[in-house]
Amino acid sequence: MSTNGKPKFAMYWAASCGGCEIAVLNTGEKILDVDANFEVVFWPVAMDAKYKDVEAMPDGSILLTLFNGGIRNQENEEIAHLLRRKSQILVAFGSCACEGCIPGLANLSSTEQIFKAVYDSVTSENAQNYRPQFHTTMPEGDIHIPKFYPVLRTLDQVVDVDYYLPGCPPESHQIAAVIDLVIQVLNGQASLPLKGAVIGAGQSTVCDDCPRQRNVKTIKAFRRIHEVEELDPELCLLEQGIPCNGPATRNGCGALCPKAGAQCIGCYGPANGVVDYGARLISAFASVIDSNDPEEIEQILDQIPDPAGQFYRFNLAGSLLRAGKPAWKQ
Amino acid sequence: MSEQFEPILVGFTCNWCSYRAADLAGTARVKYPPNIRLVRLMCSGRLDPAFVIKAFAEGADGVLITGCHPGECHYLEQNYKALRRYLLLRRTLEQMGVEPERLKLVWASAAEGVKLAHEISTMVEEVRALGPLDWPRWWNENGFHAVVEEQAQEVTA
Ligand code: SF4
Ligand code: SF4
Ligand code: FES
Repeated sequence: MSTNGKPKFAMYWAASCGGCEIAVLNTGEKILDVDANFEVVFWPVAMDAKYKDVEAMPDGSILLTLFNGGIRNQENEEIAHLLRRKSQILVAFGSCACEGCIPGLANLSSTEQIFKAVYDSVTSENAQNYRPQFHTTMPEGDIHIPKFYPVLRTLDQVVDVDYYLPGCPPESHQIAAVIDLVIQVLNGQASLPLKGAVIGAGQSTVCDDCPRQRNVKTIKAFRRIHEVEELDPELCLLEQGIPCNGPATRNGCGALCPKAGAQCIGCYGPANGVVDYGARLISAFASVIDSNDPEEIEQILDQIPDPAGQFYRFNLAGSLLRAGKPAWKQ
Repeated sequence: MSEQFEPILVGFTCNWCSYRAADLAGTARVKYPPNIRLVRLMCSGRLDPAFVIKAFAEGADGVLITGCHPGECHYLEQNYKALRRYLLLRRTLEQMGVEPERLKLVWASAAEGVKLAHEISTMVEEVRALGPLDWPRWWNENGFHAVVEEQAQEVTA
């Protein structure tokens, strides 16, 4: 802990959308508590600072770093190592850092497929078929841009992580609670949770917080929500054939989506004790299907046209397999 | 000089049927290739899809799931549950680049030692033809950058 003045705070974004930063700002006046208790030394979205400023800081001099985003390229990786060195407490903040999230879905595609989608789609003007060159020699000298890696990795696949704060993005009241906890720790009124703990979330599943009733009903068809004429407001969505990811997903959001009549898509990541998020959902979905006939089961399964996307929407990079084979065997 | 690729298969067997079938094959001296590692479960319904995914993630080239014939599960309908899990898992894995031939479901009663041995031999040859899956290579400690470099060389070579 710094002896002169306030403890230091940093927040960084790697491969992410910026939603995590908005969620922090959404804590409202809580942000003033951060300012009152911390010296913000590095936070690219909020203030101007250079990487070399961070490099110049003594190792371990930042008390708390919230790191959001996955590790997609060389720059993300270098900054992850840098901030790990400089920080006492490194938090994987949000789904991308914890488990890969939506950017991690690109782990189903090869680098060439990704570049095609980015540089050759109908929305890009690229008649000369330009591609990023990671290394270019110019008369004035060599130019490097960060290398693009074949897959996206989670923060803890690259550096040691102290805590995980899940959610896409984390709910603001959960962030506020974590800020309160850290301030209490600073004042000696609380102690830190065990290293590796998931903070700012619950310890069970979205189903546990969901008010909908489960009657062990089984189904003959999966349907998308707009295809359902009348949704039963009380009954479990999965038991109405709506592919809800609640059974495998960690609680912490207050079951926002099923309460509003939409399926949980899993943004809080795997619940406690879930070895593989998709595997848990495959079990759950297989249990509600009312058929023992292989052909009929296949017909019902046709109604889940994108199983990998359904079962690993937020968790692919953090899953046991981490990526599809096309990302590797190019 | 390339040696013949020996695939590694993990086989999940049910205590009441396929595990005994494998045992019977052994006592009757019916031969099947040593490429398969059998794991005994109490019932195919115990098969958590995570077992299969973990097997692939840790280096299996193929996974064989076995259970009692339909209608003969000792825990009533659990083998149907295994069937539904298997069909859904196979679709998911296929999207991730795991060929469907690498995951199989076979029903085998305790008396069907010869049938099980035959299924194992067939699957070993099918997976051999596909070649190694080699999943962990990409994720070994420090392996990531080695593989990235290797691929970069392949591209420029
Ligand atoms: S599956 Fe979805 S709708 Fe059903 S109880 Fe769980 S969270 Fe609620
Ligand atoms: S219900 Fe599911 S998708 Fe919706 S906010 Fe909660 S965890 Fe995220
Ligand atoms: S007891 Fe053999 S499959 Fe259930």
